[in-house]
Amino acid sequence: MFGGGANLKLAVSNIIKQYQPALIGVGTTCLSETIGDDVPLILREYILKNHDPEGPAVVSVSTPSYSGTHIDGFHGAIRATVDALAKKENPDAGGINLFPGMLSPADYRHYKEILSDFGARYQMLPDYSQTLDGPMWTEYQKIPAGGTPIKEIVAMGDASGSIELGRVLAKTKSAGKLLADKFAIPCHSIGLPIGIKETDLFFDRISAITGKPMPEKYVQERSRLIDAYADGHKYVFEARAVVYGEEDLVIGMASFLSEIGVVPALCASGGKSGHLKAMLRDVIDDFDAKGITVMEGVDFVEIGEAAKKAHADFFIGNSKGYKIAREMKKPLIRIGFPIHDRMGGARIVHIGYRGAQQLFDCITNTIIQCRQDASPIGYTYM
Amino acid sequence: MSSISILEERQAQIHTKGTAPFNMSCDKKSLAGSVSQRACVFCGSRVVLYPIADALHLIHGPIGCASYTWDIRGSLSSGPELHRMSFSTDLQERDIIFGGEKKLYASLVSLIDKYSPKAAFVYATCIVGLIGDDIDSICRKVAKEKGIPVLPVHSEGFKGTKKDGYKAACDAMANLVGTGAIEGIRPTSINIMGEFNIAGEAWTIREYYERMGLDVVSVFTGDGRVENIKRSHGAALNVVQCSGSMMHLAQHMKAKYGIPFKRVSYFGIEDMSKALYDVAEFFQKDYPEVMEKTQTLVREEVKAIYPILKRYKERLKGKKAAIYVGGAFKAFSMIKALRSLGMDVVLAGSQTGTDEDYQVLREMCDDGTVIVDDANPLELSKYSIEKGVSLFVGGVKERPMAFKLGIGFCDHNHERKLSLAGYSGMLNFAKEVYASVTSPVWQFAPYGKR
Ligand code: SF4
Repeated sequence: MFGGGANLKLAVSNIIKQYQPALIGVGTTCLSETIGDDVPLILREYILKNHDPEGPAVVSVSTPSYSGTHIDGFHGAIRATVDALAKKENPDAGGINLFPGMLSPADYRHYKEILSDFGARYQMLPDYSQTLDGPMWTEYQKIPAGGTPIKEIVAMGDASGSIELGRVLAKTKSAGKLLADKFAIPCHSIGLPIGIKETDLFFDRISAITGKPMPEKYVQERSRLIDAYADGHKYVFEARAVVYGEEDLVIGMASFLSEIGVVPALCASGGKSGHLKAMLRDVIDDFDAKGITVMEGVDFVEIGEAAKKAHADFFIGNSKGYKIAREMKKPLIRIGFPIHDRMGGARIVHIGYRGAQQLFDCITNTIIQCRQDASPIGYTYM
Repeated sequence: MSSISILEERQAQIHTKGTAPFNMSCDKKSLAGSVSQRACVFCGSRVVLYPIADALHLIHGPIGCASYTWDIRGSLSSGPELHRMSFSTDLQERDIIFGGEKKLYASLVSLIDKYSPKAAFVYATCIVGLIGDDIDSICRKVAKEKGIPVLPVHSEGFKGTKKDGYKAACDAMANLVGTGAIEGIRPTSINIMGEFNIAGEAWTIREYYERMGLDVVSVFTGDGRVENIKRSHGAALNVVQCSGSMMHLAQHMKAKYGIPFKRVSYFGIEDMSKALYDVAEFFQKDYPEVMEKTQTLVREEVKAIYPILKRYKERLKGKKAAIYVGGAFKAFSMIKALRSLGMDVVLAGSQTGTDEDYQVLREMCDDGTVIVDDANPLELSKYSIEKGVSLFVGGVKERPMAFKLGIGFCDHNHERKLSLAGYSGMLNFAKEVYASVTSPVWQFAPYGKR
């Protein structure tokens, strides 16, 4: 009735007391948005009144549940953080800004490995590779170790280029675009680096910014991957897949599936940017000839109904699709987030040649196993 | 380790037995910024009504409320599984501006046509409370058109705590109770309340009562059916577990239909047996044979599991445990059950305990035991470490904390897939505790073995 300002200020001061954070992120809910709380204003008031140069940075982002999906909140939070913190202080510092997309902690570790192997200076936001997949503690960690240090977020204003991953993301007012507008930092918007084609683009961009060629280690990984594609191509050829999840993940996965010969017969997302179909057409060869069904803004009931018509051989997506896969007695290959019904979701590598290798093995073996189990003979070789 | 400080405003909700005079503060709003483990009003209603398997559960609000409560309880059904769907009106920005009544009406009508439920529950969430949709009148309208009960659940998230959600759920069910025919219900009939059939627990309990010669009219709400709830006022006695969630309905049924109730717990040998004896006692005057059957039942069941429990006890003796659960009543049973396994409870608390609950808790606990109300992960971990526990019994929100600290964890919340009620459940619990505490993996924890 009287607005949430007093409660928000009390919460901020209690959090400072108990957690001593370097940054406090405030997300709004439908409730605070609808009662008309001006969150940024309330927070400014708080900071003015409790003036403390040592105090935490406070970043707020508008995230009411009634507009968009979780991915909009994810990218919105990154943009708001960059907007609040990045500064142009030391134009000679250089370095690459990486906005990695919503992927697994193992993916994030792999991104960092790749950039380090290029010998590149970089800032990656976010970075939950350690916070969400870290070691046991000896004492309670009020805030888990890891994450992007604040000074690196500040330094994002000095970078010589940004790479943001996600073809749908490229169409939005992203953090990368914000830095381009504010500090004239060139922004390279490409797809999530899943599969050879999209990963090649990623390496090209790093080479372009750093002026260095692909490190030998990745040349080798890429060659081994192509060799594996050759060994396994027959098993996956024209297998039909149902792919679902965030739009950018669906696009990356569909690109990868197409390049190995799988038909992503149904591509579905809860997101509804309006770009999904056009972008799938960009990454899938002979898109129109393949009769691919694309669905935006759908839920699992609708995906389940469409999947039955798609004659799918397997599902690929998060664990929430298990029910429909089970109903159709088809295997579910778990990728993305969340994976609530298996161990190790945090350790799945989706990106790079290494990720493609793991996905390729996993998909091929799933298909082989289905055939093996169904075979009256039970071959002990492929 | 760096000591964790407790917020001043929270001090009154933490008590160490044997130190100061007991004057525990509880039953109050969570402190802003203290990262309470509680959930919202809507969530409270949703978990209570969730197991009613042949009803439609439609969440009127933005998608978040529905998505976070989708298929979240291990409540089994012997028939329909409509409850496992989380239907939502998925309110969008324009609905917030122009109101969501039309969308609610359209969703209700199309879902009822598609799934033919026996009743529909419509949950009001935060936003609905704000934009002022008149869900009562929409529910009335659809009920009339479709000929099934359509019940509004006033569970706007901001209206209080999870407990208020329990009450809203009871209010909704109260509208169903008394609307069915009670012919043919025998005088030795009961309702089982506050039993949600997690991993089939209600089936176990029901079987005990049937072996005692009693009939069960309705289970609230495990493996629940609308028809049974409608005729539940024909029962002679309400047996209430998990008092927090169902007391309100039991009191209502007492006032309106004169049905007495008894509070019980089905957890641990001691409380399980006491529950059955209490119920038998109720029928003692007119049906003395019930008591005889109960005695035989308890004897047989205890005999079957006792030797196995003894073996676990030898391995668990003297280990320390922490308990943090939703309702305090559950904590009482848990303390007894862990004691029967030879363990010492050194930290006990609940999200929603009342004054009386904490008095009882205090009397049960040993000196030095820390008692907490509406705690947060900082406090829970602080005392777990200080007290050197090797087992934490709690809900899903406490699990990551326990594992990160190298503490064995046992899930006692509604997501679990393991039956812990009854005698067979006690055996499962002992096994689970044994696996959690004595697994060799803890030797690698930075802390080492406790
Ligand atoms: S009812 Fe309110 S507090 Fe509860 S989940 Fe929905 S928006 Fe959140």
